[in-house]
Amino acid sequence: MSIAVKEFEWPTPRLEEWRYTNLAAIAGTKWRDDERSLSDFDTTATLAGRAAVELLFVNGRLVKQSGDDTPLIRRSAAPSPGGRRMAGDTDIPLPPGEGGAKRRVRGEFESALAILNAMHTAGGARINVPSGTIVEGFIHLLFVGDGDGIWSHPRNVVDVGANAQVTIVETYVGNGRYYTNPVTEIVAGEGAVIDHTIVVCDSLEAYHTGSLTIRQGRSSSVTARNISIGGALVRNDVNVILDGEGASLVLDGLFTPAGSQHIDNHTVIDHARPHCTSVELYKGVLDGSGRGIFDGRIIVRPGAQKTSSRQSNHNLLLSETAIVDSKPTLEIHNDDVKCNHGSTIGQLNEEALFYLRARGIGEAEARNLLVLAFASELVDRIKVEPVREQVGRALFRQMPERLPERRSNKGEITR
Amino acid sequence: MSSTIEQIASQEYKYGFVTDIESDVAPPGLNEDIIRLISSKKEEPQWLLDWRLKAFRHWLTMKEPTWANVHYDPIDYQSISYYSAPKQKKKLNSLDEVDPELREAFDKLGISLEEQKRLGGVAVDAVFDSVSVATTFRSELAKVGVIFCSFSDAVRDHPDLVRKYLGTVVPYTDNFFATLNSAVFTDGSFCYIPKGVKCPMELSTYFRINQANTGQFERTLIIADEGATVSYLEGCTAPRRDENQLHAAVVELVALDGGTIKYSTVQNWYPGDKNGKGGIYNFVTKRGKAMANAKISWTQVETGSAITWKYPSCILQGDNSIGEFYSVALTNNYQQADTGTKMIHIGRNTRSTIVSKGISAGRGQQTYRGEVKIMKNAEGARNYSQCDSLLLGDKCGAHTFPYIEVRNSTAVMEHEASTSKIGEDQLFYCQQRGISAEDAVSMIVNGFCREVFRELPMEFAVEAQKLLGVSLEGSVG
Repeated sequence: MSIAVKEFEWPTPRLEEWRYTNLAAIAGTKWRDDERSLSDFDTTATLAGRAAVELLFVNGRLVKQSGDDTPLIRRSAAPSPGGRRMAGDTDIPLPPGEGGAKRRVRGEFESALAILNAMHTAGGARINVPSGTIVEGFIHLLFVGDGDGIWSHPRNVVDVGANAQVTIVETYVGNGRYYTNPVTEIVAGEGAVIDHTIVVCDSLEAYHTGSLTIRQGRSSSVTARNISIGGALVRNDVNVILDGEGASLVLDGLFTPAGSQHIDNHTVIDHARPHCTSVELYKGVLDGSGRGIFDGRIIVRPGAQKTSSRQSNHNLLLSETAIVDSKPTLEIHNDDVKCNHGSTIGQLNEEALFYLRARGIGEAEARNLLVLAFASELVDRIKVEPVREQVGRALFRQMPERLPERRSNKGEITR
Repeated sequence: MSSTIEQIASQEYKYGFVTDIESDVAPPGLNEDIIRLISSKKEEPQWLLDWRLKAFRHWLTMKEPTWANVHYDPIDYQSISYYSAPKQKKKLNSLDEVDPELREAFDKLGISLEEQKRLGGVAVDAVFDSVSVATTFRSELAKVGVIFCSFSDAVRDHPDLVRKYLGTVVPYTDNFFATLNSAVFTDGSFCYIPKGVKCPMELSTYFRINQANTGQFERTLIIADEGATVSYLEGCTAPRRDENQLHAAVVELVALDGGTIKYSTVQNWYPGDKNGKGGIYNFVTKRGKAMANAKISWTQVETGSAITWKYPSCILQGDNSIGEFYSVALTNNYQQADTGTKMIHIGRNTRSTIVSKGISAGRGQQTYRGEVKIMKNAEGARNYSQCDSLLLGDKCGAHTFPYIEVRNSTAVMEHEASTSKIGEDQLFYCQQRGISAEDAVSMIVNGFCREVFRELPMEFAVEAQKLLGVSLEGSVG
């Protein structure tokens, strides 16, 4: 593990990519691996029974697997030290002998934190969907951080064969001041259909720096969404390469920093081939002294004719002290494209508020209703029902105005 | 159709002539002696020399910025001559005494220095190789109290005003090129509009680089006192040369309470030839400060220069101040432009509008880079930004890098951008009605830029439209 430690450097805000996020708090902590035995660990966030398969990881180590033990999923042990390769390589550490390892996501966008992950990972989920297979239900990867001063570096590899279909949900929860630095890599084969959701609901003292990289083959269709509600400092890096003609991508994101939370979203959509489509929508709800960042980049390569790309970022500011930074970027090296982006920052509509209040709805309730309506565009698009409910509840708990008990007792959002 | 666009885009640069005029040129190189030389040639007071030297010493500690999305060979700052002036035997008493060669040069450019031939009532300050050669209508302007003269005259005649405002908007430590300018600037225009006066005519500066191997470093300072209004135009050209020349100017605008400054630029420096050889490096710092109820409006049409690096900005310091930025930038052949604006909202109820239109043809690379920042106390700030790019040809690029930073929750911001090419259906529609492909493209391009041209004073709007047609020639695809 010590091989490459010297080569790793924490990114600083001097770098354009890290302009708005300072990792000093993470860099200044002496983190350790979790050494406890956790075989009887239990969590309320589990969806066992509702998910087709659920893998429960605690502090980066696989603790429990429930549901079908199909050959689709292999729990991956820690990669052998010899297999450890540095990021920037096109390969990433994998248990030897896994098929499809050659078609790796390209390492061009590999960030410093993905390197850190490669150095310290104790494995993660390995999902291999063979060509033509349609996975019923959804696969749930549940990552729990537990205890102060502990870090974990899950590394998930998802390989979806030609015309295969799968739905995957990653949930991050926990207790204490821990640090999770996951990397997920997805390769979508020709005509594959993937629905991937990440829910970051970490403890409010925890740090989370996640990286998701997707390479899409010809005519594949991917929906990737990121819902960030918890965590003291959260950074989400999403890199998608549309590397086959006719591939299409839907990229959704919702971030709701409140209190003193800091949530930073960076996305890169790389249109490398002709006739690809991407639609990106990120929404931020900012409350308290929360800080939210959206930095979205769309690149259209010289040969990528007939590209269609749309990028939007809408932010709702609820408090005096909330901070938002939005940087939607287009890089276009081709003329036959239709690209646009839009970004807005605003407050709750006073007229809508008045409308609700005129109908006898209290101010606090009316505000919540409007905030939920703003967020629901993204929440409603979560196809997996139990996850949609979970997200709804988590959002509800974060509402700016606390609602009377009777409503929260129901435990669900009434839409 | 592609041949028509190519034709449009490949038209020659018509201001590429060289005027053969005797010049007083400082030896190339940059050191404190050169700065002292410039300062003594201009008979400057000690405080200004000290300021220059402070800037120079600071410059030595700075690194050239590399963040802009432009590529060029490193500039050798020691091979440039920092001072060049047309030789003049004696002080001029009237405009008639201006060197006829010089006057001819400006006539060729369509700028009349003769007051009788009123250019639609525009007062002109003509700057030739970093030295102001003539300023028209000075006496007429003086009647209403407007001071409009070259920067050197201002240092001599109105040192208090210059000293009070110089460097208040763009401090000498601001950035690499602005600091260089602060150390070696030679001339430029100075303009002061007294309280409550609406400047009776358009003011204009015309910049011309003539001498080879020189850099042009001019500095413009415009002050609109309380309730004053002024509209200012700036134009520029340079001869066609194979080597790159550096132009690093600084423009400072100060609009005091209730003042209005409208600053329009038609930038047409030599863009280099078809293969990207030669051309001007245009690295300019422009910034305005608006106090309460003041308004600063930037309009620019950027068609020239091999590389443009320019971000006219507004600091909206006072309550209810307004900032505007309208821009059309065109890159063709191997031109590169990284341009945009900064709107810093500090005061309450400040408003800003950004409309940027980029047209990229040939192998041109075009970047819009803008920052809108709402500071903590800027309650009720409002911004609208729109940046559209039009691509002509499959080897060009158009990029948009907006930064939106909000520190106050009452802000309302909108930003939108689009990138597309001229639609086949639009062209077909025009052609079907008997309009040639070339005319159709030029019509569509002009329509695309209309929102910005509308902001230009009339004579300039006509010129800008023509310029666009010229610069685009041959790029109809």
